[in-house]
Amino acid sequence: MTKSELIARIAALNPHLYQADAEKIVTTIFDEIGSALSEGLRVELRGFGVFCVRNRNARAGRNPRTGEQVSVSAKKVPFFKAGKKLKDRLNAND
Amino acid sequence: MEEVSRNVTRAELAEAVYHEVGLSSSESAKLLDQVLEEVSKALERGETVKLSSFGTFSVRSKKQRIGRNPKTGVEVPITPRRILSFHPSQILKKQVNGEK
Repeated sequence: MTKSELIARIAALNPHLYQADAEKIVTTIFDEIGSALSEGLRVELRGFGVFCVRNRNARAGRNPRTGEQVSVSAKKVPFFKAGKKLKDRLNAND
Repeated sequence: MEEVSRNVTRAELAEAVYHEVGLSSSESAKLLDQVLEEVSKALERGETVKLSSFGTFSVRSKKQRIGRNPKTGVEVPITPRRILSFHPSQILKKQVNGEK
């Protein structure tokens, strides 16, 4: 499923909304999660999962093509951990 | 490791929808749930969910493997299961590092 398919689905479920509103809703939600993460905040959505930012230390890396050593500076990476309910749903049909 | 930081919850995301789109706050909350539910359903069907400029959620299957109870050392089989992984987009990765 892509973002535009998700928007179309939300628009179909809510015939009283304009397609443009459905688009704005979906965009706002994920933009807002992104900006919370960029402020270093954690986004906890019960039943779905948690988005947070993890720190990666600086390390000595290597250019895989040339074998040349390069230093990789410390950075932050966005991280998502699925919630228990979502994990259970993924494994419900066993 | 994870840093302790303030939590953003459903209520705050719903409020952003309320401000941006101008729907009532209860309808905004309902729509937020709907969006998360549609993403969850797609993942349940085994679909990959690609949200441009945010990231990709994908479901992977793991085969059965032998694990060990770390406390007792007893070997136990870990049942086959499906796991969810999230790959952030380049844009999101740059954003959390304060780049544009």
